[in-house]
Amino acid sequence: MRRFYGVELSSRLMVGTARFPSPAILSQAVRVSGAEVATVSLRRESGADRAGQAFWSIIRELGVRVLPNTAGCRSVKEAVTTAHMARDVFGTKWLKLEVIGEDDTLQPDVFGLVEAARILIAEGFEVFPYTTEDLVVAGKLMDAGCQVLMPWGSPIGSGRGLHNLFGLKALRAHFPGIPLVIDAGIGVPSHAAQAMELGFDAVLINTAIARARDPVGMAEAFSAAVEAGMLAYNAGPMETREMAAPSTPVIGKAFLT
Amino acid sequence: MKIIVNGDVHDVPAAASLAGALEQLGLGGAVVATALNGEFVASAARGKVTLSEGDRIEVLAPMQGG
Repeated sequence: MRRFYGVELSSRLMVGTARFPSPAILSQAVRVSGAEVATVSLRRESGADRAGQAFWSIIRELGVRVLPNTAGCRSVKEAVTTAHMARDVFGTKWLKLEVIGEDDTLQPDVFGLVEAARILIAEGFEVFPYTTEDLVVAGKLMDAGCQVLMPWGSPIGSGRGLHNLFGLKALRAHFPGIPLVIDAGIGVPSHAAQAMELGFDAVLINTAIARARDPVGMAEAFSAAVEAGMLAYNAGPMETREMAAPSTPVIGKAFLT
Repeated sequence: MKIIVNGDVHDVPAAASLAGALEQLGLGGAVVATALNGEFVASAARGKVTLSEGDRIEVLAPMQGG
């Protein structure tokens, strides 16, 4: 059983909490998904509507482990300060560290990411870095003390699935001992199943559930897909071939010509 | 004196504490994180932090995130 900073999770589906049509649908979708980890963020609060307070009660009622993010941060200082604020509010050492480097793709700034990870881990944070599938960056994040990596499948919110299969397979093969969570880009349950079939340890899904026509139904579909993919990986998928291989035995076939 | 909270100008008594300013803004007892002029201020320290004219305060709360 893989451990995420010492925590065993029975579900390998992690969910984001943004972009749902309503708080009630968010709650129902998270419950149906079976996820034990949900990502949350921090935004400006107003004394007039206290929207954040209402959201926080919903999350607490769900009883999930929260994974605060530093979404939208574009510098090391911004990410580190946001991390401090998140720990103060959420009371967890867990942090999904994002340092965004490019606006069109929301690609991580991997240089800033490594630097911020090093600072935060020295301060006791347990960092889940949102990174690319780059092997060298992955190694440097692990050198910095990261014990989980979150490589992207494709750009955040794009729903395009696993863009660089070769790179993701290489990442899995090079670092067999570290939990890897595919974060970003998964659009449909088959993408999630594929990630699990490749040996990834979990997937983090937000938009694909929240923006589905029926988010609760889609949460259930993702839950089943992640389970199926994990079972398939454990069962050992067959080797692929370039040519056909008859599945029905040829020996003993009648001569009818 | 005037301070800037989440980008908006607010009036608070001279030498108000950060905790006092939050109370006045209707955020006393709220689950929030604070930063003063770009630097994090822990919730436990807010009562000891005295504000000055023109200070910039960020008050953040839990919000939906991916």
